[in-house]
Amino acid sequence: MNAASICSHRISIITGHYGTGKTEFAVNLALALARECDHVMLADLDIVNPYFRSRERKTLLEDAGVHLISSSQACTDADVPSLPAELFTIFENREIKGVLDIGGDPVGARVLARFQPKIQAEDYQLIYVLNANRPEVRTVDDAVRYLRDIETITGLTCSGLVNNTHLCQETTEAEIRKGAALSSAVSQETGIPILCHVAQERFVPCLSDLPETVFPITIRMKKPWE
Amino acid sequence: MEKELWKGNEAIAEAAIRAGCDCFFGYPITPQSEVPEYMSAHLPKAGGVFVQSESEVAAINMVYGAAGSGKRAMTSSSSPGVSLKQEGITYLAGAEVPAVIINCMRGGPGLGTIQPSQGDYFQATRGGGNGDYRTLVLAPSNVQETVDFVQEAFDIADQYRNPVMVVCDGLIGQMMEPIEWHPVPKRKLPPKDWATSGKYGRDHTNVINSLYMAPEDCDQHNVHLDEKYAEIAKNETRWEEVDCDGAEIIITAYGTPARIALTALETLRSAGLKVGLFRPITLWPFPEKALHDLAGNPHVKAFLDVEMSSSGQMLDDVRLSVEGQKPISYLGHAGGVMPTVEEMVQSAKKALKEVK
Repeated sequence: MNAASICSHRISIITGHYGTGKTEFAVNLALALARECDHVMLADLDIVNPYFRSRERKTLLEDAGVHLISSSQACTDADVPSLPAELFTIFENREIKGVLDIGGDPVGARVLARFQPKIQAEDYQLIYVLNANRPEVRTVDDAVRYLRDIETITGLTCSGLVNNTHLCQETTEAEIRKGAALSSAVSQETGIPILCHVAQERFVPCLSDLPETVFPITIRMKKPWE
Repeated sequence: MEKELWKGNEAIAEAAIRAGCDCFFGYPITPQSEVPEYMSAHLPKAGGVFVQSESEVAAINMVYGAAGSGKRAMTSSSSPGVSLKQEGITYLAGAEVPAVIINCMRGGPGLGTIQPSQGDYFQATRGGGNGDYRTLVLAPSNVQETVDFVQEAFDIADQYRNPVMVVCDGLIGQMMEPIEWHPVPKRKLPPKDWATSGKYGRDHTNVINSLYMAPEDCDQHNVHLDEKYAEIAKNETRWEEVDCDGAEIIITAYGTPARIALTALETLRSAGLKVGLFRPITLWPFPEKALHDLAGNPHVKAFLDVEMSSSGQMLDDVRLSVEGQKPISYLGHAGGVMPTVEEMVQSAKKALKEVK
């Protein structure tokens, strides 16, 4: 597996319903990408979540060669939904491989709308992350509805699905397969391909029969007792 | 039962809907805004009423009115917002109106931070409002417990005609955890024959009020409330003990620090220390007898109280319960900083070393 095959476009925008694990995926994706190529940037554009944001892993990311773009601490901790001006670096410097970590739901994805003309002029992919254990996106209809709402509010077109089905510490292989089935049904309904299935390293060997890539991750967004 | 992944705040809202919450009144504040957000989308579909009030003060008074008419009502907020609700809470307690109040605590004092904290222990257990009153305070330490307690809170409130608070810190509200919607025990509840829901042939008019013109009447009302609080203390006190049998050092903690303590316990145990956790689940009534008795055990040498509070608030109750039988040390951070596993391990070792 290589991260570049998942990020076949210069800019990857990670969206999805609340709590589907977008940040965990985005952080792992940026770290994997930095192992394969230079000039990787991760932009934390989550303006809806106060905790568990990719900027909490700034040191880890920077040490691994990922440049993190995020609002100043003053802005995020004061609850001001400001966006970092540095974001334009990703749009304007075509040397850069960019991963954009977006807040959940159409509400969180709204931040992209103002950049829509800029994004459309670039080589981008809008990724929709699915977690079949999240009650509001567990059916095909609900999952597709959220996807379409995100496309509508951003004015961008989704071109890849990511199955990130898990149950935190209680994740099993069966959970990931449940998500694979949901993603497959969403893919059939929409014609959007599955880019990968996300799995902690230990599950990767037993998922080799899945037709799509399995992207191995290490949990980075840990809780204080983990 | 199949598990689902829920964010604490969403789960609080869904739990309330499942418990038959008829009305929710609230105002957004980080880190609990997902509660009103979820309620706004889902409560009306379940046949309930959602109102985003103009302020926290308005929200708690809307709760007072709705709950006074016999409906199940709830409000939620985070620390500064809960401060604003204190007047309403003492009115609810005085008029004996059942209601559920959620506090998803953040750093203080004042606006503090939006990060998790437990600095509202005094406010919740001593009453931030005026007068001699008590609110039953449930303190879950994971999302599953939060869901269970919120559902039970409505029944407890109705049983005793008293406001019930569920306090969690911001982390519990914001984190995602697997939960299951198992059945929560339902209580046999008295009819709400006191509610101001219309006279309908009754021979008297029900009045919801906390004002007494004659001091003797108000004194008598306080005696009645006091008896009720004694009854609540007798029936509803809850706590959890983990590995306290034979333990030499006992960590006292609730909510997120109790969760962190479980990991610290493993580390300490593997280092050969005899360590236990005493976790109050009801902050009021505080499990004082259980803690007092535990402190009396000869194997217990010392206590370490851990809170997300600068110099400790629950610590007062721990001291009152331990009554000087054993030394108590303290570890805490305020403002949104959480105690780490490593800090707990070091503090526990130090506390034990001091008595050995």
